[in-house]
Amino acid sequence: MAYYVIRRLLQAIPVLLGTTFLIYFMVFAMPGNPILALFGDRSPNPALLERLEAQYKFNEPFIVQYLNYLGNIVRGDFGISFSGQSVNDILARTFPVTLKLAVIAIVIEMIIALSVGLVSGLRKGGIFDASALIVSLLLISVPIFVLCFVAQFFVAVQLGWASPTVGADTSLPRLFLPAIVLALFVVATAIRLTRSSVIETASADFVRTAFSKGLSRRRVIPVHILRNSLIPVTTQLGADFGLLIVGATVTEGIFNVPGVGNTLYQAIIRGERPTVVSFVTVMVLFYLVVNILIDLLYAVLDPRIRYVK
Amino acid sequence: MKLSKLGLGAIALVSATALTLAGCASDSGGDTSTGDSASIITANGSEPENPLIPTNTTEVGGGKLLDAMFAGLVSYQADGSPVNEMAESIETDDNQTFTVTVAEGHEFTNGEPVNAESFVNAWQYGALLSNEQQNSYFFEDIEGFSYEEDSELTGLEVTGDYTFTITLTAPRADFPLRLGYSAFYPLPAAAFEDMDAFGEAPIGNGPYMLAGDDAWQHDVQIELVTNPDYSGPREPKNGGLTVIFYATQDAAYADLLGGNLDVLDAIPDSNFATFEDDLGDRAINQPAAVFQSFTIPSDLTNFTNPANFEHFQGEEGALRRAAISKAIDRQQITDVIFEGTRTPASDFTSPTIDGFSDSLEGADVLEFDADAAKDLWAQADAISPWSGTFQIAYNADGGHQGWVDAVANQLKNNLGIDASGNPYPTFAEQRTLISPNDSGKRDIATPFRSGWQADYPGLFNFLGPLYATGASSNDGDYSNPEVDDLLDQGSSAGSVDEANEYFQQAQEILLKDLPAIPLWYSNVTGGFGESVQNVQFDWHSVPLYYEITKG
Repeated sequence: MAYYVIRRLLQAIPVLLGTTFLIYFMVFAMPGNPILALFGDRSPNPALLERLEAQYKFNEPFIVQYLNYLGNIVRGDFGISFSGQSVNDILARTFPVTLKLAVIAIVIEMIIALSVGLVSGLRKGGIFDASALIVSLLLISVPIFVLCFVAQFFVAVQLGWASPTVGADTSLPRLFLPAIVLALFVVATAIRLTRSSVIETASADFVRTAFSKGLSRRRVIPVHILRNSLIPVTTQLGADFGLLIVGATVTEGIFNVPGVGNTLYQAIIRGERPTVVSFVTVMVLFYLVVNILIDLLYAVLDPRIRYVK
Repeated sequence: MKLSKLGLGAIALVSATALTLAGCASDSGGDTSTGDSASIITANGSEPENPLIPTNTTEVGGGKLLDAMFAGLVSYQADGSPVNEMAESIETDDNQTFTVTVAEGHEFTNGEPVNAESFVNAWQYGALLSNEQQNSYFFEDIEGFSYEEDSELTGLEVTGDYTFTITLTAPRADFPLRLGYSAFYPLPAAAFEDMDAFGEAPIGNGPYMLAGDDAWQHDVQIELVTNPDYSGPREPKNGGLTVIFYATQDAAYADLLGGNLDVLDAIPDSNFATFEDDLGDRAINQPAAVFQSFTIPSDLTNFTNPANFEHFQGEEGALRRAAISKAIDRQQITDVIFEGTRTPASDFTSPTIDGFSDSLEGADVLEFDADAAKDLWAQADAISPWSGTFQIAYNADGGHQGWVDAVANQLKNNLGIDASGNPYPTFAEQRTLISPNDSGKRDIATPFRSGWQADYPGLFNFLGPLYATGASSNDGDYSNPEVDDLLDQGSSAGSVDEANEYFQQAQEILLKDLPAIPLWYSNVTGGFGESVQNVQFDWHSVPLYYEITKG
């Protein structure tokens, strides 16, 4: 078990190196000088421009900049943003917010996916199953920003049931609306997966045995059917969790959530290399950790799975 | 029976939770020095791009906050006319040497007095090359200023606790007018001990101040409360100002509609068509001090691709520039593309500026006349026939595509030539091509979008930096000795009115030469919520927050 975890963590190192290199290269290759853009339509004095470029090390060749950056990361220093704040501080401030949003969303997704998927699977072909299919198809085909705007306009602005944006107050009730939207965005796949997994498990021999032993439905469905259907669904939820952390940019922008996505978006617009690369690095790291955790979770769900060499 | 009991329980639980939550919210928000949290105005903004140091802030997000937290020698009224704020008097005989008397009795929020040193030290700091201040060019007219090396502003001399003199390198009639811009704000002695820390928690002398140590939540919001020690023309009529930072204007607009935001100073493009219906008499749409144009390079010596602009030189060029200008139906574009949120241009400045005129001699070149345009183009063709495509470069990240395509279409239809937009993905990329490269050449290969937002409400600010020979933002390398001469004469004129006459004469030459084709003035579009009153936007599109009342 420990050997397995260590091996997986070691595997993460080349992945991280590769991603930081690629991202750094792409941000570097973005045309145009971000320092010039800071001055708007006005041309800065050349002496001033030169000094600012030197300050952000923009005049060094690519490989020097990259190695410099990598060295700082190893020392735990993610750099300084244009506004003079340490990127470590920005990460420490924004990451918990996005994490909170993603956790709420994943809980909502889990509740909807498991309950709807289970009922659909058990009553295959019924009216509920058909309606669930139609709604899932609808959700999966609507782009997330449409969902966001519709929820924001109707639920928040027209009905006044929630605040249109989140802003400074990142308490649970405020985050609820964006979290629901995020959950709806990913829930369709999870519903379909739960449904098919439930159908497959329900026709398995051990379920038939359980019923013929005289066990009640109330015991067979949660313990024998649901638990054994969870393995593919867990993989999906884990992948979704990563997706929600990484992909909340649009939702965070529309609902003005002070999280990772929102900050990253602005950093890209301004061409702030240290901020962009550091954020992406942390996101990749997070994604890798979540994936290892999901793999470990399999053993908990299914005792037949063992982690050997 | 059982069901309804359950229902009642649920309702009780929900309302208890709601009450607790509401209690929590007001506990954390109401803990401010002036106490009256009900009268705190919320406004939209954006996270400042730099630490909040007056001489280093050039963008609106930070500028808006600095204006609230600091007070300069003069401040501007809604129409842009200056009134003394920290100054008791600013006197001059020759527009070159100014004697400033700072009014006694003003303090920074840390108790330091605002005196002559507060100003002189702040300006010395802002002008020094090694301090790398983005606003340093504001001090370039003061004696001793240098872009090449660190040098003291010898033109500033403290003559008493509350008096100092400013000596300029040349007469500048509008210099006192500039003194309300944030670059000229005073700094307390505490600032120079640790400028980085100061930029994180500025100590000002303006109508508002930070609400506490953690009042500035980066990327989220900044909470300001009224400064009890402030006295001056901008006395706040509310309890404070919370500026919420939005990543997108759409989010801010949704908050305004949802009653979460009191004042919004920028309506998102996507709501131009509907915001006046949505908000009724709470909508604001008025001209602002923003001039938009596109520039056709003039002197080609420093362009990498001079051949692209050869048809716009000399007599042929003058005819073509006029033809292009007359072929654009500005009214139609401002109505259709911008839904009336732009005002067609009639000069090179802005209607919110003192001295503006919409009836300059030669301004008819900005009026749409397809037949005249075709005729002028034909005359130019007689000199040297046109070939190729007329392109306008723009940055695709700024919402410019709509109007550029419309202008290109009008040129196509009205002149019978090929015309199109030439988009660059980012603003940074376009600026890099326009600015001189390492060998001093400008790489931009087509005419390009240009614009100017005023720093202070004077005609010269729209003309000097853009069209004087060798000026810092003269990106088309335009040069006309007559214009230079008139701008100089205007600068050294005895009065602002006299100066404006020279500036308008310079503009009449510009209307003939058309170094840039004026398009329109941006309007400020905004709105305010039902709970606030007296919302007014000033000459440079910022709401007068101190005038707003709530409740």
